[in-house]
Amino acid sequence: MWKGDYWFVIRSLVAKDFKVRYRNMSLGVLWSLLNPLIMMAVMTFITTQIFSNSSMRNYPLAVLCGLVPFNFFSLAWLTGTASLLENASLIKRVPVPRQIFPIASVLSNCMHLVIQISLLLAGALIFGRGVNIYWLWLPVIWGLEIVFVLGLALTFSAINVYVRDTRYVVESATTVLFWLVPIFYSFSQIPVRFRTVYEFNPVAALVMILRTILLDGKPPVTSTLRNLVCVSLFTFAGGWFIFRKLKQGFYEYL
Amino acid sequence: MALIEFQNVSKWFPHSTGRALLRTHIAHWFGSERKENFVALKNVSFRLEPGESLAIVGRNGAGKSTLLSLAAGLATPNAGCVTVNGNLAALLELGSGFHLDLTGAENLLLNSALLGRSRKQTLDLAEKIIDFSGIRDFIDEPLRTYSSGMVMRLAFSIAIHTEPDILLLDEVLAVGDSGFQSKCRETLLDFQRAGKSILFVSHSAGQVREMCERAIWLDHGELVMEGDAGSVLDAYSGGLAMPQQAGDQAT
Repeated sequence: MWKGDYWFVIRSLVAKDFKVRYRNMSLGVLWSLLNPLIMMAVMTFITTQIFSNSSMRNYPLAVLCGLVPFNFFSLAWLTGTASLLENASLIKRVPVPRQIFPIASVLSNCMHLVIQISLLLAGALIFGRGVNIYWLWLPVIWGLEIVFVLGLALTFSAINVYVRDTRYVVESATTVLFWLVPIFYSFSQIPVRFRTVYEFNPVAALVMILRTILLDGKPPVTSTLRNLVCVSLFTFAGGWFIFRKLKQGFYEYL
Repeated sequence: MALIEFQNVSKWFPHSTGRALLRTHIAHWFGSERKENFVALKNVSFRLEPGESLAIVGRNGAGKSTLLSLAAGLATPNAGCVTVNGNLAALLELGSGFHLDLTGAENLLLNSALLGRSRKQTLDLAEKIIDFSGIRDFIDEPLRTYSSGMVMRLAFSIAIHTEPDILLLDEVLAVGDSGFQSKCRETLLDFQRAGKSILFVSHSAGQVREMCERAIWLDHGELVMEGDAGSVLDAYSGGLAMPQQAGDQAT
């Protein structure tokens, strides 16, 4: 039916989000940097001064390794979930393929992510961790994270059309996950019997791999990497399938 | 071969639309709160032949827009069969997808992409579109600063510069001032002269008579009458002249 240019639409939608977001802010891109820096400072203060329990070397950098992937994950999941409802008028009137809305919404957040990754890499250099050969893994693991979030966005945006409470479920889930992803504590502090669960959480896996590469200068652990690949691809395939099933009824429920 | 063919098409909507809450679904699973569906189209059949323009008339809520949505492939019928042969462009609602913080030019690019044009096609057409809209002086201003007439002119210009075999129009012709309207009419007449087809919803009897040879009349989702535009319009406005709900005719 719709014989348009997939990438041109997605690119235009991403460009729209970016322009709209930054045109209305006097500090512009600076906000993307400020937020993780403030959170990093607060968490460093609480853990080192109040609990005086800093188990990780270069604590601020370790926290940043947790914050950047988590911020991207929670924001992209949430905006992706809301994307279909936000574009309801378009979906009911223009026969454009529906999956471009959650996809474009996640990819818009990637612009944000690129800025924050630069901050993270700058942090690694400032803390004197230097560049190492394993940095070549970084594009791969970030790519997997994006694939994982795309899968979640497809699934939850489609469900959100039928059950409007989904949005709030996602909001609560991200709050819970903030504590369950090793952001302000290290993997070694987790009791052994819970570690397997963490291994299968792609966000936690990403945080661990980032710390291994940026802080320890070591290659990612193979089993963690393997789990990350499996869970990400599985989530994406599942999301694509669920979306295809559910999109039949979008017109009636939007 | 007909360009568009509807065979005994029916379409209904669940009554809980707009209340898609978990509560509703749970109530539904347990069998309580089961309501009748709202029937938007009932057993409608018609054909749109190549080179022909067909008008759809009827009161608000008669199912006209639902019919166009089905033809455009936006919705699927619950019963019956919709067949479309050929390239179809749907102008159902102008300016859906416009963003007020973007400039006219940026909106042009985005909207054109959504309508299915490639980047190259869009850039080739951009000058023509801006000329046609007649708002060149404002094209780099944010849409927020436009008057509603200007927004509609831009939206219509973007949408009309397309080359389909079939054009679906949903009351989008009442756009802009009389000068712009006659320009739009001229474009559509050119389109017809080129042997293309139009499926046309309008509340303006004058436009229907001018553009279409044939018309169908929908009422409460049912096809009441099909025939040449003049006689369908006479019957339709005759029905409206009766005191019942005459106010619906307003556009």
